[in-house]
Amino acid sequence: MASSSGFVTLILTRTGELALFAVEFFRRFWRRPFEGRELIHQMDEAGSKSFLLTAVTGLAIGIVLAMQSRGTLARFGAEAVLPNMLALSVFKEIGPVFTSLVLAGRLGAGIGAEIGSMRVTEQIDALEVAALKPFHYLVVTRVLACAFMFPILTIWTDIIALVGGYLESLLSAGMDYRIFISTAFASMRFSDLILDTGKTGVFGLIVGLVSCYMGYSVRGGTREVGQAAMQSVVVSSLLIILADVLIVRLSLLLFGGV
Amino acid sequence: MLPETAEQTTPDAGTPPPDDIVIELRDVHKSFGDKHVLTGVDLSVERGTSAVVMGGSGTGKSVLIKHIVQLLKPDRGEVWVQGQRVDRLEGDELDRVRLRIGYLFQGGALFDSMTVYENLNFILNRHADLSEAEARERIEETLAWVNLEHTGPQYPAELSGGQKKRIGLARAIILEPEILLYDEPTTGLDPISVRTVSHLITRLRDERGITSIAITHDLLCAEIITDRAHFLYEGTLVASGTLDELKRSDHPELRNFFGDEGLR
Repeated sequence: MASSSGFVTLILTRTGELALFAVEFFRRFWRRPFEGRELIHQMDEAGSKSFLLTAVTGLAIGIVLAMQSRGTLARFGAEAVLPNMLALSVFKEIGPVFTSLVLAGRLGAGIGAEIGSMRVTEQIDALEVAALKPFHYLVVTRVLACAFMFPILTIWTDIIALVGGYLESLLSAGMDYRIFISTAFASMRFSDLILDTGKTGVFGLIVGLVSCYMGYSVRGGTREVGQAAMQSVVVSSLLIILADVLIVRLSLLLFGGV
Repeated sequence: MLPETAEQTTPDAGTPPPDDIVIELRDVHKSFGDKHVLTGVDLSVERGTSAVVMGGSGTGKSVLIKHIVQLLKPDRGEVWVQGQRVDRLEGDELDRVRLRIGYLFQGGALFDSMTVYENLNFILNRHADLSEAEARERIEETLAWVNLEHTGPQYPAELSGGQKKRIGLARAIILEPEILLYDEPTTGLDPISVRTVSHLITRLRDERGITSIAITHDLLCAEIITDRAHFLYEGTLVASGTLDELKRSDHPELRNFFGDEGLR
């Protein structure tokens, strides 16, 4: 009983600390010093090193989704709408959420471990005493890099997923690429693309904030650094799913369904 | 006879210390949860002198030194640096004081994603108004001063423990500070490296007039660098004086700490 109440207290404390950390980010990110060079470096770190991973993810999504859907649609004589269904599924939901979850694993763990190890080896203290404002240098740059790169990587994954879907259609049904593209985007609205891709910016903020907080709050040694990396992935992933539900619900209320 | 403690000379709270006192801690208390680490520390360091704070492991020596740069805020008490009450400073005001202080961390705390040259240039680039050529010259001079002029392209992971400390020292002095704080500057080093680092510390005092506080339990290092030694026990400085005076103290904890050294 005592241990379960202790666990609840710990969860509440950590949630409160994370909320305060997020408030601190929004209070500071638009103030000097602007670490433009480090921001570009972090965007490159987050982006260029994730292109292959997200491409493989996208290709797999596209091929599997096309293979799974083809049989079902054929039963209703609706095989022709496969590209359309594929594009809607990928751009509206599967692409953004899958990409964000994959990036939460790759970037979240990396950021949590990197900042955590900087904490235990006193590198953050060294930045602090050298008046180098570690929150701006380490946290603001990484969170913004995640927020900027998630939508870009999501569009990339979506496109590769469509390529995967087309390859499957080509091999299974010999579909012409012009027909595939025109059918795929037939009922797609530009506003859908903006909203559904834009929400990954929020997911990027979540991953950046959670991972930086986990790393920044490490106390102890290498064991705690490992825990910070693991917790960054777990908490980020859960919050992405929760935020997705809220954003979809909110967008349906505000803009209605397709 | 026990040497006098700094507490006996502490002036009134709120009054800046005299000009020749560069660092002063008055009745500093610090607790973590229910663990009281500092329970009323009073310490004064005169301009151009090297103070050493000694004590066993886990007695709060590092906690004490971190108050001077406000990596930790005191629960109670005052911290003065060059006539400014730093425990009341925040943001840019605090940073201005920090820029006059160099800090050598226990493990060096070098930025491991940067080369040695970048470690030094990173700080210089942000805070010193120097051209690229001037910055390069300053970095090369500083690396030569710690006898590690060829390590510029190396990463911290490629350096030995002693080299890391010396590069950490180079980084601490790159902005030419007036005060230096050393957290266990020689822990984990072989006796030759202990002497090398210790002599660099005394040179900084003698050649540049730098005021410093070193936290150490290394007697060899303390013997080389100390002007005035202090002993921290149970959260307070129980003795202050020359190292020889501390060695001759009849305080049981000091006798225990110095062992045979104290009988010489």
